[in-house]
Amino acid sequence: MEALAAIARIAAEAGDAVVDPAAAKNTAAAASAGYAYGLAAIGPGIGIGIIFGKAIESMARQPEAAGMVRTTMFLGVAFTEALALIGFVAFILLKFA
Amino acid sequence: MNNVNPSVLAMRDTGPSPEAQITRDIVKRGIFVAPVLIAVSALLWGSSGAWSSAYGLGLVLCNFMIAAGLVATTARISYALMMAATMFGYILRLGLIALAVMLVRNEPWVDLLALGLTLIITHLGLLFWEMRFVSATLAFPGLKPVMERTNG
Repeated sequence: MEALAAIARIAAEAGDAVVDPAAAKNTAAAASAGYAYGLAAIGPGIGIGIIFGKAIESMARQPEAAGMVRTTMFLGVAFTEALALIGFVAFILLKFA
Repeated sequence: MNNVNPSVLAMRDTGPSPEAQITRDIVKRGIFVAPVLIAVSALLWGSSGAWSSAYGLGLVLCNFMIAAGLVATTARISYALMMAATMFGYILRLGLIALAVMLVRNEPWVDLLALGLTLIITHLGLLFWEMRFVSATLAFPGLKPVMERTNG
């Protein structure tokens, strides 16, 4: 966040604009929050794709184990989603708190 | 070139849904721990913390119910649809949670820190609690001693 604030300050100085540190910090916080949420959603998306791909493969190979596969799959997906939730909470805390 | 067997894509499961059972357990446990969670939040952040925790817990339980409903409904149609519904459901549910938080973020009864911590702690806590139960259940058939039948 500090780095982004410094970049915003330098960019504003290059344009001969008057820099308000608070505004620069807010801008940097908003940008950081957006990056945090966006990056935090990518990993779980990939993870859920892998989990479901493997689960479908398992159920196709061994249909009699579908119940057990779906149980562990559902829990795995929910755990993976927790990462996205953490990213979202970081986003709302950085942006609005 | 395309080696996908069409029958695999058409596979479906018309039996009982394990996701619904898991979610029922999670909701029961969530309701069970709700008073404790709300009391702790009220102690730490006051009444806004209590309301925020209740709201956050409601969001987490609704998220689980929507996820289970999507999987259980689409698994009866086809596994391919289940996969698609879950991938898009992930985006949909994240969007719904974001919308639900954005709608109330400026309300006087909302404490964002309490709400955020409740979202993470209850989601992970309820999952770990359920995982311990499911692990024991799944392990049982493998650990169960086999009774040998003797003739006569």
